[in-house]
Amino acid sequence: MTKNLQLNSEGKLKHFLTIEGLDRQLLIDILDLAESFVGMSDQRIKKVPLLRGKSIVNLFFENSTRTRTTFELAANRLSADVLSMSIATSSTSKGESLLDTIRNLEAMYVDMFVVRHAISGAAHFIAQHSAPHISVINAGDGQHAHPTQAMLDMFTIRQIKKDFSKLRVAIVGDILHSRVARSDILALNALGVAEVRVIAPKTLLPTKVETLGVNVSHNLVDGLQDIDVIIMLRLQKERMSAALLPSESEYFKCFGLTEQRLKYAKPDAMVMHPGPINRGVEIESKVADGSQSVILNQVSNGIAVRMAIMAMAMQKQGGV
Amino acid sequence: MERILIENGRIIDPANNVERLGSVYVADGKIVSVIYKPIGFEADKVIDARNLIVCPGFIDLSARLREPGQTRKATIASETAAASAAGITTLCLPPDTSPVIDTPAVAELVKDKARKAGFRQVLPIAALTQKLEGAELTAMMALKQVGCIAVSNANQPVKNLLVLRRAMEYAASHDLLFMYRPNEPALYNNGCVHEGVLSTRYGLPSIPEAAETIALSQCLELVSLTGCRVHFGQISCARSVFMLEQAKLSGLNVSADVAIHQLHLTEDDIIPFDSAYHVQPPLRTVADKNALREGLARGIIDSICSDHQPHDLDAKLGAFPETDPGVSALETVLPLMLKLVGDGAITLEQGIAALTHKPAQLLGLDRGALTGGFAADICIFDPEQDWQVNAENWRSQGVNTPFWGQVFKGKVIYTLQSGKVVYGDPVSSD
Repeated sequence: MTKNLQLNSEGKLKHFLTIEGLDRQLLIDILDLAESFVGMSDQRIKKVPLLRGKSIVNLFFENSTRTRTTFELAANRLSADVLSMSIATSSTSKGESLLDTIRNLEAMYVDMFVVRHAISGAAHFIAQHSAPHISVINAGDGQHAHPTQAMLDMFTIRQIKKDFSKLRVAIVGDILHSRVARSDILALNALGVAEVRVIAPKTLLPTKVETLGVNVSHNLVDGLQDIDVIIMLRLQKERMSAALLPSESEYFKCFGLTEQRLKYAKPDAMVMHPGPINRGVEIESKVADGSQSVILNQVSNGIAVRMAIMAMAMQKQGGV
Repeated sequence: MERILIENGRIIDPANNVERLGSVYVADGKIVSVIYKPIGFEADKVIDARNLIVCPGFIDLSARLREPGQTRKATIASETAAASAAGITTLCLPPDTSPVIDTPAVAELVKDKARKAGFRQVLPIAALTQKLEGAELTAMMALKQVGCIAVSNANQPVKNLLVLRRAMEYAASHDLLFMYRPNEPALYNNGCVHEGVLSTRYGLPSIPEAAETIALSQCLELVSLTGCRVHFGQISCARSVFMLEQAKLSGLNVSADVAIHQLHLTEDDIIPFDSAYHVQPPLRTVADKNALREGLARGIIDSICSDHQPHDLDAKLGAFPETDPGVSALETVLPLMLKLVGDGAITLEQGIAALTHKPAQLLGLDRGALTGGFAADICIFDPEQDWQVNAENWRSQGVNTPFWGQVFKGKVIYTLQSGKVVYGDPVSSD
């Protein structure tokens, strides 16, 4: 069902809700199209007319300045008209009012929704209940999926490592609550990496995490052996009050990425982070700003990758 | 009152160990005789049950009717009509109505509404604690006197074990059955699916088995302390079956039921983010389902209930975790029971027993069996007839079922409640 929902009858992308059910070729097509947009940012005129005349609404039920900004820029560079709405969750705490919001915007002849929501499954729900001509892009739903982030991560990895097949990738930190981790794991496995490893204390790992196709380590030093790519996850402060961890400093002692620990990975290992970074909690500044870090590349790639996904999802409307 | 002859049916009456072709004789609302024709019996009405199964009417230990308080979801009239069409002749109503069934007035109101709907057997379950808040006891004796059949705190936890202990002692003093749905709220933690492969893949808030087993084990300890008779409702995991077996072997006076959907669906069946599969306790693993089926076959689980929870459309319209849990289930009870038989999990006699005399025994009712002198609550069904779960056939106001659109085998043809035909249209005899 997930697959049918995302793809139209010709197997083309209609919505982009999750990596699940998308085949390797489609992911590569996204990366290739994004590649063609990358050079654009350096040009004097940073726009292509692919989505001219299209209306895109960013529906952010959960705050995220950075993701929203890159989506806005991506839409602008595709020449679409874009409107960003931050909607306090209090006014849409019930399903019916969420639906009302969607209906109202539909009535304004919108072509695409970019949705971020704090509840897992919200983007699916909106995709299922939107008018047939509307495309929905998931910009992060609860702890479920953040597929555009995963694609920009894959893009950044490919830029540097070229070939996925030999890569060993470690994802470090709060896997349990991370939609980025879930989408990255699906994408990495779909693209055929040699290994995905998750490194975290048991309190931050979901049950039966190995069913996602990962190996598990509870120790950062052991876990970093032979690793080509390290994806660090942000640690939210509220994990401490939920008794998942004793303190930030103990977390940093066990799982914080320091220059010293980075040496246990392969010498050319790249360091990634979906941001925003908690310096001194999950990663020290020397590493975040160091030569192996590609954290800012991720941010700039985010625009090209989101342009590619938006353009592909609009293809079915004759937008490209 | 009317004399009814039900002839040529295949009579299955597990309580009396009857399984044969024959007739059932009903007069003045009661069973007069089975197989043997009473002298001078002349029927006012004859029901031809050729190729049909005649068994006691079903007794449902847990069915939300949404009245009083939530009539946008369903009413006593709408749901009792659905029950009659499903062969169910007794409905036990959990106390979490609005207002809660914690005073005799609310219990009376429920019974009155049921009477007006023409369905006599809605049995209210009294709240164990006032407003289900888990703090102060209800007037259980007064509630029993107006017809409350048991006490329960519905889905609300009794967090304070001292309150739970005293409530159980008090219920035991009045020989009231305590119906308990084991659920430790701290571990339940606002989850919406089983903690397993599905919750991990979709990032959905999860409920571990321990949320159920810890509450179950605590309550079992209080059973041995207080001697209260406890019926565990809607258990969902293999560990619970194991613990109940141990408890029964050690002589504790406990019983249990399982919601019929738990015997058929697991987390693997959940269509991602389809709120029709949002139930509580959650759908668990194949191993759990198999253990529940085996527990039923071996009598560790005593009875099957519908755990009927009709909802309005809006309640199921939203992202999965935000929707209300529950299935509208009355009308799929019989076909799903027959499917268990078809799967070889239980015999037809066991399936009927789990829906009739086993729950009757737990509640101490003179029903659930075709015994002479018992109320003539009878279900007559065609085990071979196909029907589709669709708007045309469905009677409940709640259409929230994961089985929507499916074609099932097993259709109720007639239902009699206290000797009155409440469903089906038999031809009068002249």
